[in-house]
Order: sequence, then C-alpha cells, then structure tokens
Amino acid sequence: MELLALVKHDCPVCDQVLPALDAAGVRILSQSGEAETAEQARRLGLRAVPELDEELALSERFDLEAVPAVLLLDGGAETGRVEGLHVARLAALAGRAGVSLDLQGLPEQRPGCASRTRDPDVAARLAARRARADGRIRSRPIAIGALEDPFEALYERGLTDGLPVVPPTAERVTAMLEHTSRDPQDVVGELAPYDGPATVEKVAVNAVMAGCPDEALPIVLAAVEAVCDERFALHGLLATTHPAGPVIVVSGALAQRIGMNAHGNCLGQGNRANSTIGRAVQLVVRNVGGGRPGREDRAAHGSPAKVGLAFAERLDETAPWEGLAQARGVAEDETGVTVMALEAPRVIVDQIAREPEGLCASLALALESVATPRLRLAFDAMLLVGPEHGRILREAGWSRERVQDELFARTMSPAGELVRGAGGVPEGLDPRWVSDPEMPVGKFAAPDRILLSYAGGDAGLFSMVFGGWAAGEIGSAPVTMSVAPWM
Amino acid sequence: MDVTGLEVLDPTAERDAAERPLAGRDAEPRTIALLDIRKPRGDVFLDELEVLLRARGHEVTREAKPTFTRPAPHDLRRDIAARCDAVIEALAD
Repeated sequence: MELLALVKHDCPVCDQVLPALDAAGVRILSQSGEAETAEQARRLGLRAVPELDEELALSERFDLEAVPAVLLLDGGAETGRVEGLHVARLAALAGRAGVSLDLQGLPEQRPGCASRTRDPDVAARLAARRARADGRIRSRPIAIGALEDPFEALYERGLTDGLPVVPPTAERVTAMLEHTSRDPQDVVGELAPYDGPATVEKVAVNAVMAGCPDEALPIVLAAVEAVCDERFALHGLLATTHPAGPVIVVSGALAQRIGMNAHGNCLGQGNRANSTIGRAVQLVVRNVGGGRPGREDRAAHGSPAKVGLAFAERLDETAPWEGLAQARGVAEDETGVTVMALEAPRVIVDQIAREPEGLCASLALALESVATPRLRLAFDAMLLVGPEHGRILREAGWSRERVQDELFARTMSPAGELVRGAGGVPEGLDPRWVSDPEMPVGKFAAPDRILLSYAGGDAGLFSMVFGGWAAGEIGSAPVTMSVAPWM
Repeated sequence: MDVTGLEVLDPTAERDAAERPLAGRDAEPRTIALLDIRKPRGDVFLDELEVLLRARGHEVTREAKPTFTRPAPHDLRRDIAARCDAVIEALAD
C-alpha cells in the first residue's frame, strides 16, 4: 500500500497540505508546469520538488475532481482517496498505508480546487486524446504551422467553399460527436461523384468547419443520408449545368430545440443553425464526395443552395398542416429532414386574395413559371407558404392534399399556347405531340409533385416558390429521412 | 509564440483519386460505340457521326443511358467495353 498525492501550484488548499505530505515522504505529483511547481516548492520550503504529472496522465486515469487528492494504492489499484482537505479522513487514509501525517493546525475541513483535468480546455484536449486512442477519431491530422494562418491554410488546401471555416481540431470534433449516439466510424452514405464514404466522423469534421452548433449534428447526418440516397441522384445534380442544389427543410421539435429559424427571415441571414446546416452538407459533398465547382460541379450559374440553404418549418398553432417530413412518413413525434434539388427561391406576392380558391390561382401562376411555362412535366417544385397565406388555407380547412389538387388543376394550360413557336417563343412542346390545341397540359406530373412547406414571419402576404431540377424517376426525387436514427 | 502550430482533422475521404492510365489506343478502332446520354438532340449529333464513321469503314453500335441524370449502369459500361474498341459520348443538348 502506498500513498500518491496530486496537487497544483495555484491551489491554496494544496499549499496547506503539501508541507505535511512532503515531510512524510509521500510521492507527490503536480498538475502544473515545471517552473510553477519548483516555485511552489521553494515558496513552501519543501524538501523535494514534486514530480510532474506529465500530460495529466495520472489525473485523467484517476478521474480527479479536485486537488489536493491523496490516493491509497495497492499495486497500482486505488483503494481509497481523499479530495480536498479533511483532516480526520486524511489521517485515517495515511494510517492505512502506515504513514503518519502532521496535520496539526490545519482547518478540519476545506474543499479543494478543481482538478486541471476539469478545466474546459484541458478536458476537451483529454477527451480528444481518448477519442484518438479508442479509434473513435481516425482522420488524418493536418499540421498547420505556427506561422500559417489557419483560415488561409485550409483555403489554400482546397478544403473550403471560399468562406472562412472553423478549424476542425480534434477537440471540436470530439465535442460535436457527443451529440450523436452513433459510432463515429458508422458510414452515413457514399458521396458522389467519387463515392467517398461519409463516416459520422467525417460529417462532424465538415460540420465543425461549417460553424454548425454541436447539437445540429443529427440533422446534418440525416441530411447527408438523404443526399446519398439513390433517389436523390446527387451525381447528376453535381454534373448538370442547371443551378439547383440541395435545399434542406427540417420539420420537428429538434429544429426548435437547436434554435433553427422557422419565422421571420428564415431563408436569410442571422441564424447560426439555418446558415450552417446546409453549408455543412455542401462541405461534405465537396470534401468527402469530391464535387467541386468548375470541375465536377458544372452548374452554369449555381444558386444559394450550393453554398448551403436550410430552414425549419413553423409547426406552431398557425400551421395549416402537419410538417412536410411527417406528411412524407416520418413519425409525428420525430424530427424529419427533407432534401430536394431546387433553384433559388422567389417570392410570390398576393396581397388581395382572402379566399383559398383565389390564393391557389395566384400561387399557380408562379408555379407555371418554374424553368419556363413552356416546359411541362419535367420539373417538380416546392412552395413555401408564408403564415399570412397559410392562415387563409387553414381557416378554410383546406388540407395539404386539397391545396395540392387545386394547384395541380390550376397549372394546366392549353397545348396550343405551349407549342414551340407560339407567341414567338421557340421553346415549348414538340408540335408532333400536339394534336388538339385546346387539350390541357399539366405543368406537374402529379399533385404531390408540388411539395408544400410552411414557414416565415407573421406579417407579409407572401409565399416563396422553389423550382426543381429534372424530376422524378429519371431525375432527382425529394428524399425525407428521420433524424431519430442519428440522435 | 506557440511554435507547434495547430493540428486539424482532414475533412476529405482521404482517398486519392485512383490512377487510371488511358486505355491503349488502336490506330484504327474497328467497332465504335456511340453513347447517347439522353439529352435532347444528342441523337442528332450521333446520327451525323454514325454516317461519317461508317463512311470510313468503322463498325458502329448505338447505345444509350436510361437517363442523363445518372451515371451509365455498370452492365452497360461492361457491355460496351467487351464489344467495342472505342466509345464516343454525346454529352449535352
């Protein structure tokens, strides 16, 4: 049986106990640096300068809360400890090791100081070291020299989207990984175009870079799972010259819990989670999949979703329907993520409509214009209904399906107005397909190809329309995933 | 100054692109596949090419992807590689 004491230089309680431990020949290790430890020994007149607890290895091993800590070891195994100053208990512990401590004149009891392993920055470093040792973190380390600016260094290595990123240190990534129960080496999916395997760890590295709040990780994971889904056709979405990118709609309580914005300016700036979740997905596409603009990504113009576009649905008492993800199969009590290949959003203004029929007629006009009114059945769309428009639909008791049916019916146009050359416009339906100029031709392939979401500020008689890319089985279909498996 | 700098984690898949040497080039490939990726008017371009290639004495096979939005299926790629000496792809509109 032997005693081992752990102290630090800036702890007044350590100062009080150290002379007794030193006089009794107890092995003492300090959590402080060499110079501070020597200075403390000199100040207290100790016979020997304490050893150093290098890398806080023993402090971490014994998971100390406070110092001074005196441990009783039997062949290296702990059989008792006293943290802080407690004269009676210290004397008893020492007695079990056959050591007599001169504790006269010390207060009977005094709490110690926090162990350095509990300092937030030290705890983060130790957690990262454990994660590396356990194989939870396996990413190759990239050393950035002391004379390099980390922001410039990451940009120069081609790892960013052009905006500054948060340097993905092992400490930050380890902290983020605390927000999922999944093994960091679980594969979320394979990313086009080079089939890079996106592990939970790699997604977290990129989410840290994007500036994501740690607790947003499950949402980012579900969104990455969605874009990797075969139905989403990420390879084609990258390769196309069309501007669409993945727009992420988050429906459910987790969105609110992590502070996503479903209200005013939900598509704009100022909300960290909204601004970074889409960006995290795009950094995964870039870094894990290898899809880079001007190379694999051939978009002629691109769009905000290529930087990152995510928003939460507003599922409060004003909502006309359940969430988009829930309508697409996610359980009511779970949060879901819907990812859809979409162009930039555009406002639809109607400040006059007060009845659902008139409002749908108005919204249908804008939906007709997706891509060009002349192209039919090739594109889906998402309509983001604003609260003042949503109120009209809610008060009329119109279900999601009723609105979709109405919009589908109102986006029919006579074939003669859509044929190539009509009105002097070369684009349009191939004349070989048009036998009856009066025949109505749908804009969309089916009512449910018009996705409805709901969000926005209280005031403003506006909704937003997002046009899709090549749709359906031959193109990209929206994909909805529950966040639950990634919690 | 901290002389050790900063260590960050690699955000990439850590897989360098596989080295793929160009396939051997026959001076005069006998059979050439014309692959339509299903973009509008790709067939017009390939029709013209077929005429030109046949006039030069090449065998020509016409192939097509199911949709331009996805990579060519593995079976199609394997099939073309087995039967043809070269492939010409009509990329866009």
